Amino acid sequence: MNRLTMLGWLAIALIAVGTVLGLAVLPADALQGEVQRLLYVHVPVAWVMMLAFFVVFLMSILYLVQRRLKWDLLAVSAAELGVVAAVLTLILGTLWGRPTWGIWWAWDPRITTTALLVPIYTGYLVVRSMAEDPDRRARWAAVIGLIAFVQVPIVYLSVFWWRSLHQPPSSPQSMWSAYGLVVLLGFVAYTLAFAYLWLRRYRLAATELELELSGPEEG
Amino acid sequence: MSALARRAAAILWKDILSETRTRQGFTAMLSFAALVLFMFGFAIGVDNDLLGRLAGGLLWVAIVFTGTLSLGRTFQNEELAGGTHLLRLYPGDVRAIYLGKLAGNLVVLAALEVVLFPAAAILYRVDFAAQAGPLLLVAALGTFGFSVIGTFFSALTVHLRARELLLPLLLFPALVPVVLGSVGATEAFLAGDPLGRAGGWLRLLASYDVILFVVCVWIFPVVLEE
Repeated sequence: MNRLTMLGWLAIALIAVGTVLGLAVLPADALQGEVQRLLYVHVPVAWVMMLAFFVVFLMSILYLVQRRLKWDLLAVSAAELGVVAAVLTLILGTLWGRPTWGIWWAWDPRITTTALLVPIYTGYLVVRSMAEDPDRRARWAAVIGLIAFVQVPIVYLSVFWWRSLHQPPSSPQSMWSAYGLVVLLGFVAYTLAFAYLWLRRYRLAATELELELSGPEEG
Repeated sequence: MSALARRAAAILWKDILSETRTRQGFTAMLSFAALVLFMFGFAIGVDNDLLGRLAGGLLWVAIVFTGTLSLGRTFQNEELAGGTHLLRLYPGDVRAIYLGKLAGNLVVLAALEVVLFPAAAILYRVDFAAQAGPLLLVAALGTFGFSVIGTFFSALTVHLRARELLLPLLLFPALVPVVLGSVGATEAFLAGDPLGRAGGWLRLLASYDVILFVVCVWIFPVVLEE
């Protein structure tokens, strides 16, 4: 079993432990009831989303500095995972928001900005898929990855001024310690899962590029 | 005048000349903008109070929709004539191309707004004239931010298939601070700014404009590489 596969199994094991703890071992929240258990997935997945988009930004910078296609492939692999994590965050948040706030959707800065991240990075992926030359594709993608990272905090700030409803991020003081531990476990587990999927996706992308560059004449 | 400014001015002048000789683009754009204003009227109904309250938002949506069509044409002449590498044959810093095209978009959007603001004032029965000074500032900051981002993404998407679709996809999320800031400040000024919120929106607009302008100018040469 190679190291990457082991990383994958470790992530699955930790997610399984976290899920059992979150669903069966810990009692339901006194105020929010069973629905609060969504937090054990929602918060780590939201973290993975931010991590993924930060990785896109870093890899884009590295590509623009060094111009090696490796960085572009690592960036696009993270971008795909980021979009999936963003959609998942929104779905989980909506499922939680309906029973808790009584509404499916709130025009809150974090929710709205998360929702905007989906079209921003979908644009990144679509532009990338439409350019045929690998270097050109990498260059344009890196530019979008960089600009997106500049614009997103300001988008957040502007929506924040516009209106605010989302509860402040849960700090250790506002959470019973066992809840905090399971959330922490979730952070570790989902970060490992991200790392595994990211590197797997990167290997696939590298193989695809190799095939693309070797061209049809070699079959 | 520095070499960069002279080159940018040359590109601006070339585009103004070619536009004024045909005038097709601008005429079509104005008609489209007028239609958008009417569409809002049809969609919302002839409720004058409601239209008046929404005027700031409706006006900026009309500017963004029409402006996006116009921004998409930024590099169209060059692309039709054989690609943006023609532009890169001009001597000197390629940033002059961005600055020239940006100036051109500012001129076009300003000309559009000169018509659109009075038209919205009449159709939606709002008194823009009473707040002309502050609104001019809002329009200037909003239009600058819009053009900075739009010119940049227009250069990025010009070679792509389906660029008509991709430009708004990239542009609209980036415009959120511009739209929120412009609409927020416009509505605050129209209401006489009772809560003193206009200043905050103007600062947001100005900071976003400066940050995006610096980033776009800095990174533009990468976009135009072959």
